Amino acid sequence: MNARLLAIMLLILGVVAGAFDAPAYANRVLERIPGISMPTRPFRLGLDLQGGTHLVYQADVSKVAAAEVSESMEGLRDVIERRVNLFGVTEPVVQVESTGDNERLIVELAGVRDINDAIRLIGETPFLEFRTERPEKERNAILERQKQGEQLNEDAFFIPTELTGQYLKRAELSFDNVTYQPVVNLVFDDAGSDLFAALTEAQVGKQVAIYLDGQAISAPVVRQKITGGTAQISGNFTPDEARQLVRRLNSGALPVPIALISQQSIEASLGVEAFNQSVRAGVYGLLAVALFMLLWYRLPGLVAVVALLLYTACMLALFKAIPVTLTAAGIAGFILSIGMAVDANILIFERFKEEMRAGRGMASAMEEGFQRAWTSIRDSNVSSLITAVILYWFGSSLIQGFAVTLGIGIVVSMFSAIVVTRTFLRAMRMKEGKISRFLFNTSS
Amino acid sequence: MNIIGARNISYTVSGIFVVASVIALLLWGLRLGIDFTGGSLLEISYTQERPSNVVIKDILAPLELGEIQVQQTGEKGVLVRTRDIPEETHQRMLSLLRGDKTDVTEQRFVSIGPTIGSELKRKAIYALSLAIIMIVLYIAWAFRKVSQPVSSWKYGIVAILALVHDVTIPMGLFAYLGRFYGIEVNALFITALLTVLGFSVHDTIVIFDRIRENLRRHTSTDFEETVEVSVQENIVRSINTSLTLLLVLATLFFFGGESTKYFSLTLFVGTVFGTYSSIFIASPLLVTWQRWSASRRG
Repeated sequence: MNARLLAIMLLILGVVAGAFDAPAYANRVLERIPGISMPTRPFRLGLDLQGGTHLVYQADVSKVAAAEVSESMEGLRDVIERRVNLFGVTEPVVQVESTGDNERLIVELAGVRDINDAIRLIGETPFLEFRTERPEKERNAILERQKQGEQLNEDAFFIPTELTGQYLKRAELSFDNVTYQPVVNLVFDDAGSDLFAALTEAQVGKQVAIYLDGQAISAPVVRQKITGGTAQISGNFTPDEARQLVRRLNSGALPVPIALISQQSIEASLGVEAFNQSVRAGVYGLLAVALFMLLWYRLPGLVAVVALLLYTACMLALFKAIPVTLTAAGIAGFILSIGMAVDANILIFERFKEEMRAGRGMASAMEEGFQRAWTSIRDSNVSSLITAVILYWFGSSLIQGFAVTLGIGIVVSMFSAIVVTRTFLRAMRMKEGKISRFLFNTSS
Repeated sequence: MNIIGARNISYTVSGIFVVASVIALLLWGLRLGIDFTGGSLLEISYTQERPSNVVIKDILAPLELGEIQVQQTGEKGVLVRTRDIPEETHQRMLSLLRGDKTDVTEQRFVSIGPTIGSELKRKAIYALSLAIIMIVLYIAWAFRKVSQPVSSWKYGIVAILALVHDVTIPMGLFAYLGRFYGIEVNALFITALLTVLGFSVHDTIVIFDRIRENLRRHTSTDFEETVEVSVQENIVRSINTSLTLLLVLATLFFFGGESTKYFSLTLFVGTVFGTYSSIFIASPLLVTWQRWSASRRG
């Protein structure tokens, strides 16, 4: 393909990537064109850049059969995630980590102010509550307001009551005589029985909803006042689900007991400071490298700088798109890969100078430069990739951020050097002469 | 400037650095941060007056936490290090420190149990060993077709010797910093070491690649001469590449955040010695080895 055409296409790619990276600026320009705008997506920041908490829980699976361990851990993960969601944290991370015979749960909450609450909530017993129907007018009013984006945490359909899991004596699994469907029987203590009687008396003909950990699991219609102190939850349970529910309600705890073994929390303002510093370092680093390349390599140096800018724009776009969680170390990794990206260019340019000195014409010197340099570039980058992979395995999420940005950086930099630089150089072929020798710094 | 010819000087200089680093490590060891030892770290900052370390220790005395280390940081900050504590104790610490004032803000709290700490130590050793092994294997494979006059395995081993040199010296530096400046070593330090391994070998491979190419061209029958020529051809490139990396690391050191300061320092030192070792250690070692095995044979 014509090198000039390809060069222009690459430039366009760079501009588009840049617009994706900084949609605020791009959209200001694009406002004039109807129908086109850049999607705004924020960068995903790690805990050390936006503040938040990182918790590691050790799960005690000693009483669980080996075959059921992963299932229990998944169940644990689901429960904890549901509880964590109650906090309204944007994109919480709840992950199971099994290493050897250690089952762990990792919880990351970005931007949570009071870690104390978070930790307490996570370790708590499941929260069972009975709620009554909200009158229609109130319900509609709340639904209206929710459409406006307010009161989103309010339950529009049911009102909480006094009757909660603390009055529960036990839960039992049984099967309906008629339908043979599994049902869960709840047995209340005395105080609970009274409450339940009052509740059902007042709600005959209406629904009473049963909520567990903030989610409705059943909402039967009350047929009559119930004084026996037992309630039955029948829904579309599979026997397994019913069994699990009974187990959870009875053990008064999560599927598996957990203990907090590691905790890291960072205040948001500290995070913002770290972020600003990292960004500043990145910009200065880029400037320093660009300056050096221009001074030493002149015109090819300019080409390298353009390729580098393209590289930066594409990398940032990739970080947004995948998305990659950026930590302070991650940004450091990105900055490092900028330094390394330049290396491939340097290899090519030095080769090129050599070939010119050996007497080749400019065009063939360029091609030879690429050919010869490629094996070096490939081999040396593979070794760096190996260490990036090992780093990923070795580290916690903060370090993995570094490994990922470094790894992606190496791959993209290989592309940028081989394809981008080569294309631009080819597109700039010019006649030999004093000017070209100066521009290409081949008189040394 | 004849590099290979002057290799004895290079060996001596490196030897001194390596021996000094090893002595530093044996004598002082690395100061391990809580990432490795487990424990708690609380960072708070005062908006008004910052009490002295002794006062803070007194305030926390009723909690009976055993040994407490208090350190001042920045202008208004305080770091309190204790053994690993549960959340409850953490909250009690905070309320004691706040007293009846409200001008204390918690900036950061880290509590790491002993299991995670020792696990990280183990993982660090595995990671470093694994990286070294993988790199030897890769180089041996990449250079498998160049078995004369030095077998491809030797390239790998020589590269590793250079790498060990590159990693030992920053460790020695941090043993020194740990002993005299209290600088601790954390998971990022290991990350930096692994990265140095990656970069340094990157550099070494480029030179080896040139040696391979020149051997194929049979430009000279004398191995030493071939290596010398290869190194000379590469010096400018090697130094320029390192220069860009060092530029970037320097900006990171001066402008980057607190958490990456010592990380970039480790990388900086590692890169300097990495470049030095690729040029002045790895290539000459190839020649020395070849001479030595040739004299044994003949």
